[in-house]
This record gives sequence, C-alpha cells and structure tokens, in this order.
Amino acid sequence: MFGSEFYVDPSRCIGCRSCVAACAECDSHRGVTMITVDFIDRPDMIATVPMVCMHCDEPTCALVCPADAIKRGEDGIVRSALKPRCIACSNCVLACPFGVPKVHVDLELMMKCDMCYDRTSVGLRPMCATVCPSQALSFLPPEQILQRRREQPVNVFQFGNQTVKTKVSLMLPDGVPALSVDVADYTWEEEHARGERSEEAFVD
Amino acid sequence: MPEESAVKKRLWTEEFSVQAAEDKYVLRRQFAKFLVLTSFGMLAGNLWIWARSLMGRNKSALPTQEIAKASEIPVGGVKLFNYPGPNDNCILVRPAADRYVAYSQKCTHLSCAVYYSHQDGKLACPCHQGFFSVEDGRVLQGPPPRPLPQVALARKGEQLLATGWVEES
Repeated sequence: MFGSEFYVDPSRCIGCRSCVAACAECDSHRGVTMITVDFIDRPDMIATVPMVCMHCDEPTCALVCPADAIKRGEDGIVRSALKPRCIACSNCVLACPFGVPKVHVDLELMMKCDMCYDRTSVGLRPMCATVCPSQALSFLPPEQILQRRREQPVNVFQFGNQTVKTKVSLMLPDGVPALSVDVADYTWEEEHARGERSEEAFVD
Repeated sequence: MPEESAVKKRLWTEEFSVQAAEDKYVLRRQFAKFLVLTSFGMLAGNLWIWARSLMGRNKSALPTQEIAKASEIPVGGVKLFNYPGPNDNCILVRPAADRYVAYSQKCTHLSCAVYYSHQDGKLACPCHQGFFSVEDGRVLQGPPPRPLPQVALARKGEQLLATGWVEES
C-alpha cells in the first residue's frame, strides 16, 4: 500500500463509528480514540462526518507549538505531540483550523491522529480505513480513487486569509476547487442573524 | 501570502523547524570538540592577558604629574584628576590639615566612581554600597573584592605631585 493516500468522503459516512472504535483499539494509544465523528447539523439531519488529521503541509498546530513538540516528517505526516516536550498548553487545539488535536489533561499530552504511523510506515492501511464499511475513509493509490469515485479529491482549503494545503484529501462534488470556510459564519452571532433573516423572509 | 512569508522569515522557524527533516542534532563528538576547542581558547586568552600584565609591569615608569596646589583644597575637600592616563579618574582627598591621599576613583567591584564622605571618613561607592577606608583604601564594607589602588604622592613646595602607584603591602 505504499504510494497510497488518505481520502475522506463525508457523503459516504453512515455514522456507524466503527472508525472511532477501531482507532481506540490501537496498541500505541489503547482506549483513546483520535478520530471524531460529528453530526453536521444535528437538529435537522442525521448526516455525519468523520474527522481525521488532515496532515497540512504547513501545520498550524506545529507552527504555534511553543515547545516544538509537533513535527512533520519527511513523508508529510504530522506526528502526534512528543511526550517529553508537550506541555499541554492547548495552543494547537485552539489553532488547528480543522479542530483535530485534543489535549488529555490527565496525561499532560496532546494526542492526535498520526495516520496510524506504526501501520502506514510498514505499508498497512490505517485502522479506520480498514474498518470503514462504506469507505468514507479510504486509503488508496490516487489513480484508483479517480477511477472508483465520482467525487473529486480536494486538498486545498481556505480559512479566512489562510490557505491550507493538506496531505489528506476531502472528496467533494466535481467543480469545487477549494473549500472556503469563514469562521465568522459559524459563530453564534452570525447564526442568530441568519435565523432572524430567514424568519423575516418567512413573514414576507 | 504575506502572512505565510512573514512566518517563514522569523528566526525561530529556522531554529525550531516544524519539518523533522530540518532538525539539527549535535553529535556527542561535535560537542566534545566544541568543549576542547573552547577550553584551549580560554587558556590562550588567559595566557595572553597574563603576558600583557607582565609586560605592563616591566615598562612601569609612570609619569610624574602635578595635580594640585596644596592650599587649594580645604580640609575635608577633594579634587578630581586624571592619572596616569587622561581616562583614569582619580580622587585627591585632604582628610586632615597635614594629610593628603589620592586613590583611583574606580570602585574595584564594578568600576563605579567612588566619592568622599567627610563625616564618615570613608570613600563610598553609591552603586552597591561599598566603602573604603580613606586612610589606606582598604575595603571596609560591601562587595568590592580589593582595596582601592592608591596614588603615591610627593610634595614639591606648594605643588602636589603624583608619582606612581603605592604597591600593596
């Protein structure tokens, strides 16, 4: 499986949480899962999306780390925090645009998805990709994913002024070049304003 | 993007790179080499300082310099002068009617200028509260490690002359 890349397809996720369970089975961090499955809009639909580390080319988590605890390897994989260095300051948790790192206060350690480094470095697929029944998480050579899927892999994201290029790709409908996210759209104030606007439209 | 290039230029991003491949590790052998070379450097520097101090002593003929008229200083008064060079500040004190003493004005602790306090009969350094005896320049109190260097004085009629340093006994 060398030469394979990781692809996340939210439209395929059925919310079974097999990936969550499989991740927690791993010997290197037994009992702690490093993948989250979130509801996109819980009141209105049951759609879920799995979130693994996207392994950015310029990882924001590592750039803000004051202890130099997060490193990006030559293979492009951003490793979990180094135990002797991490001071559990939560800078990475606040900085990551994808919301991936989690600080375990009891261990004084940030732990995040390292794409099953023990497995992918010897040519095995990551745990989550092996168990995902709908292949919302898949670890395939790039040419295979293009053959098998209608969606296109996208690995450039726009967060406000920050452009983030990642190793992991998100499968998006054809013709969507980059996913642009403005955090202000998701704050309480903006949602509130949006709700008021839609109510006005309803009255009219 | 301007933000990204600004991040790249910061010094710490080179020192503590995010990329594991750019990490610089110091080998034990490199560190040992550094220690040995630095030690040799320190030794050479100390030898040089020592040699210079020996040479300085050999040529020691210090100039004789007129510094003041005896009558121009009142009892308890001081006069500042430069001896032996134009940048070496010294202080001439008249603690009693028939007694004149002169010292280097540089405190032996951290080279602040000392001043004379006639009430206490001491030379005081205001920086760290160091006190020297006005009689012979010895340390009375405070952090200075050595006595103040004393200027040897001679009197030629009404003139006071500086003739060199008083050797420590």
